[in-house]
Amino acid sequence: MTTAREATDPAAESGYTDHPPRMGFFTDTTVCIGCKACEVACKEWNAVPADGLDLTGMSYDNTVGLGANTWRHVAFIEQRKPLAAQDPGLHHDTDVLAMAEHGSATQPPEAGMTPTTPGSGDDFRWLMASDVCKHCTHAACLDVCPTGSLFRTEFGTVVVQEDICNGCGYCIPACPYGVIDQRPDDGRAWKCTLCYDRLGEGMEPACAKACPTDSIQFGPLDELRERAQQRVRQLHEAGVGEARLYGDDPDDGVGGDGAFFLLLDEPEVYGFPPDPVVTTRDLPSMWRHVGAAAATLLAGAAAAFLGAGKGR
Amino acid sequence: MTMSDGHGSLAARPAREATTGVNTGRRRGRRGEQPVVPDTQFTSYYGKPIINGPVWKSPDIPAYLFLGGLAGGSSLLAAGAQLTGRGRLAAVTKVGAFGAITLSLGALVHDLGRPARFLNMLRVFKPTSPMNMGSWLLAGYGPLAGGAAASAVTGKLPKAGAAATAGAALTGPAVAAYTAALVSDTAVPAWHDGHRELPYVFVGSGAAGAAGLGLLGARQGEESPARNLALFGTALELAAFKRMEKRLGMVAEPYRAGRAGLLVRAGETLAAAGAAGSVLGRRSRVARLLSGAALLAGSACTKWGVFEAGLTSAEDPKYTVVPQRERLLRQNHAGGGEAQRGNPAVPQSG
Repeated sequence: MTTAREATDPAAESGYTDHPPRMGFFTDTTVCIGCKACEVACKEWNAVPADGLDLTGMSYDNTVGLGANTWRHVAFIEQRKPLAAQDPGLHHDTDVLAMAEHGSATQPPEAGMTPTTPGSGDDFRWLMASDVCKHCTHAACLDVCPTGSLFRTEFGTVVVQEDICNGCGYCIPACPYGVIDQRPDDGRAWKCTLCYDRLGEGMEPACAKACPTDSIQFGPLDELRERAQQRVRQLHEAGVGEARLYGDDPDDGVGGDGAFFLLLDEPEVYGFPPDPVVTTRDLPSMWRHVGAAAATLLAGAAAAFLGAGKGR
Repeated sequence: MTMSDGHGSLAARPAREATTGVNTGRRRGRRGEQPVVPDTQFTSYYGKPIINGPVWKSPDIPAYLFLGGLAGGSSLLAAGAQLTGRGRLAAVTKVGAFGAITLSLGALVHDLGRPARFLNMLRVFKPTSPMNMGSWLLAGYGPLAGGAAASAVTGKLPKAGAAATAGAALTGPAVAAYTAALVSDTAVPAWHDGHRELPYVFVGSGAAGAAGLGLLGARQGEESPARNLALFGTALELAAFKRMEKRLGMVAEPYRAGRAGLLVRAGETLAAAGAAGSVLGRRSRVARLLSGAALLAGSACTKWGVFEAGLTSAEDPKYTVVPQRERLLRQNHAGGGEAQRGNPAVPQSG
């Protein structure tokens, strides 16, 4: 049904004639080490306010999710699943913690229980993924913004103009990914700008710059998509069958993401919606029903008077 | 604590056996009853919501929804009453429409993070944003409703007053209906998925509320159009709501659960009681006034309930994930092996 058609060029659709290529992120979660350097770099560069330190107790993740004051969020998922078929470089036969406890090279059968043994063998893995605004091809936040504060840049990204935003909050529930949010003390909506200021200077966004493992890769979206396909092929050949791309497909419900991901499990495990659709896709139908309902009301009121007869 | 004694007490610490990221949905059945059908299994990130829920405050936004419907319906009653020579009913509904739309606008501005920038709503004309279109609509409707009310109260400029009344009656239905598109045009499951029926729920509820105002304010003998409108509005609201719930399936749960469920039920009960009371007690002034009050309160409760249900459906990732998963399953069945997103076994080739 779907053939890989030419992807929509959101900058051109927004009226830019001579514009740079669409820029984006490819976040390869298989090499994320959960260091949160991206979170810190983003906060520092964009002067994003602190939002307090609450210990969630659920994992190493005390950031919880994207919001007005969190434009990069590293998810930590602890799973009782094997580390796929790749050799993670761990020495399964050697129980180093037990060895440390016993003070000598005790053989594993004699070693005490350790955190690596409650399941069978290596049935434990950590998934880490750095989430960010997807800069959708069809961006609901941009569509519903009543003031024109949210706009499409020449790089095809989506940015809030904070001098325009009147804090109506419409963009917040419109986003199918839960990215943008309101800063309570400030009233306005905030989200990732894909470092619009840095892009203008030919620099890469702060998070990608700070990422020590290149889990966050920045570049022209075409190149990133190509590189991501190669990476998935490489992983599948290495036996990591669960590797899959998320948000790369120009035919998905948001027309493809400007920031897409390579995941090792279902999207919802990472807190992503499995099949997001831009809400304004149904807007023509909504307006039609609104029109029909308004006409129904008009007719009903007319009937109410006709049924009542003339005068008192 | 040493390693060994931590693991020696596995049985005593069932949390350690918890399977990460799998929500078994055990939060239901709090009253001890066993669910007949087990909850849908779905995965989430520690049960955290997928979407960021609306930051719209209560009572601001529910009041904005309720008062907009009341205003739109009242302008219709006003025009009809003027045409048929029901002077008191016309005056009450004109003043009511203007008062309601003023308060509605006030509630909307109050809810803004930057109220002083309200007029930024009018710096663009943007059909993809129901809030922008609504702002333009209110900018047209508000002065018309105001002109109609001013003429009715002062008795001056009757011709301009009549024109304003007619203009308000023509734009009023849109004022009552557009807020349904406003809430539906979001990723909030209970609102978005109900986008076909919510406009009818909203105009029905608005008509019933306006009829309530008419019953309260009409002179004895003038009220029969209001009574008819109450019957029409209540029937439309209840029927559209029922249809919506049937079509939405599990996504409609928030409309019947918790606080939202209480409000929706109260709205339905009050609307039905008000409509019935206005007919059965048509000879009694007290019954008319009570019915009018019930219809007004019912309209407010319905809008409040719809608002609250949306918040609930945004908070629980189940309402976002399960319908999307089901949609993917259906597509995969229909598409017969076309690129199966989310299926790890299928490589994505270019």
